[in-house]
Amino acid sequence: MNRTINFLLVLPDTAYYVICGALALIVLIGISLMSKVKTAVLGNRLSALAMAAAIVVTLLKYEILPDWVLYIGIALGFLIGLWLAVKVKMIEMPQLVALFNGLGGAASAIVGFFAYLGIGAGDDLFSRITALLAIAIGAITFFGSMIAAGKLHKLINQKPIILPFHTGITVLLLVLTAAYTVFAVIPAFSGMPTLNAVALTIIATLFGIVFTVRVGGADMPITISLLNSLSGVAGAIAGLAIGDLLLVIVGAIVGASGLLLTRIMCRSMNRHLSAILLGKTTASVVTEASAAAAKPEAEKTDEKPAASPLEAMREAKNVIIVPGYGMAVAQAQHLVRDLAERFRANGATVKFAIHPVAGRMPGHMNVLLCEAGVDYEDLYEMSDINDDFAGADLTVIVGANDVVNPAARDTVGTPISGMPILNADHCPRIVIFNYDMKPGYAGVENPLYRREEGVWLVMGDAAETLKDILNKW
Amino acid sequence: MDTIQIVLLVVFVVAAIVGYLIINRIPSLLHTPLMSGTNALSGITILGALVATAVAVKSSSPVGGYIFGSLAIVLAMINVAGGFIVTDRMLRMFDGKDKENESND
Repeated sequence: MNRTINFLLVLPDTAYYVICGALALIVLIGISLMSKVKTAVLGNRLSALAMAAAIVVTLLKYEILPDWVLYIGIALGFLIGLWLAVKVKMIEMPQLVALFNGLGGAASAIVGFFAYLGIGAGDDLFSRITALLAIAIGAITFFGSMIAAGKLHKLINQKPIILPFHTGITVLLLVLTAAYTVFAVIPAFSGMPTLNAVALTIIATLFGIVFTVRVGGADMPITISLLNSLSGVAGAIAGLAIGDLLLVIVGAIVGASGLLLTRIMCRSMNRHLSAILLGKTTASVVTEASAAAAKPEAEKTDEKPAASPLEAMREAKNVIIVPGYGMAVAQAQHLVRDLAERFRANGATVKFAIHPVAGRMPGHMNVLLCEAGVDYEDLYEMSDINDDFAGADLTVIVGANDVVNPAARDTVGTPISGMPILNADHCPRIVIFNYDMKPGYAGVENPLYRREEGVWLVMGDAAETLKDILNKW
Repeated sequence: MDTIQIVLLVVFVVAAIVGYLIINRIPSLLHTPLMSGTNALSGITILGALVATAVAVKSSSPVGGYIFGSLAIVLAMINVAGGFIVTDRMLRMFDGKDKENESND
């Protein structure tokens, strides 16, 4: 290393630790600023700034600032990231987040690989175990995220893919991953590090794939959030392996926050994380079976000699709109906004009720509606709006089913029993825009569809049916 | 385990607890940008990639080290840059002002 170049740039240890502490604090402030819409942009930029500073500090600390070869990778990665981020449509956001997340996991796995081979890390037991863990978790994150992104982008079948003995295989692979991590540090076997690292990568990869292929539909937000958490954990553990303080701090923050987000979502769906991990989805199996059963009776409600859905909508003065995944699929968010404006033009008040797991990613509906120009102040969380349904005179449901299914509250023993739902059924008048009469993802028939009084069903692609209604308005 | 490793483990636990506490206050309205923002932060692994690559290119097998190291740097940087930019885009959209002209397709 050229002493004269580095003379001014060497970072004393004390300064390094102080800076690490400061950067960690900035990241924490940045994240906590994301709790309000007004401050969230600033929060995100603070985090980005801290990241940029962390890179510079690391280059200084390890005295690799003049190593120009590193900058090629940085520049290339930056340009690709920029291109993807600018190009993506909001509707494609879930898969992009999954893709980015996977890449971070892959990078951690590679760092773990290096560390296990003793590059950038010590040769002690602690370094080797953490290096192996980084490889395993990084590989799981990468391949799991790729499968999730593939499903969301419809490159892979979105329905759960279930292998024979799927749960057994999942558990076995997880145990093997853990066992191999231990095995590979036993001195007698650690003589062939590359082979061990490759073998562990393969086992972890298989686990990542097997556990995500069976995730479908409604479990996707939880899975994405879990993978997000894992990528943080992978980073933190890679940091332990190479002894990098900043990597440990930020990785742990991301890992823990992702885990909490996952738990929040599990709670709102009344699902156990273990059930999703091990794929105890009774739900997906029931779907096909009960779909047929739901059909015949429901036709009657269409015939109801009450006002048409259009009249009901024109008369409404106090409206709640419930969007669901169907709105995202039909890309009907702009039409939903138009509909809300028609209501308002009629002198009605309009609120949007957002179920925490509506869509395919946490907060999915909010992103789409904000993109369409709906004011975020009109978007209400479940707990804030659930008491308002009884007082509203019309609820419009667009492409949502399970999240308004009263069976979750009233029936015992269904896959959604106990899941908190939006109390749309408390509203005297309901217009439902849905693709068909089939039960939602959970496979539970929705009694709303058969309610005799005050329910209008408008079947078909939400974009078309909404357009039709707006034209006739 | 030496002292530094023990310190790192403690830091790991403390940072995890703090992260856990902080997220609790964030409304579900902002969960997508939150996830995408923390996702960008998980690209912090780029620090490890930079250090490992710098060491690897000076080792006995510089070519392999350079290829894999650069791969890790590129992947992590996509995660970082893409993640922050896309989060920024989303959040500005939430805020209403500075609205993007998304096509209605």
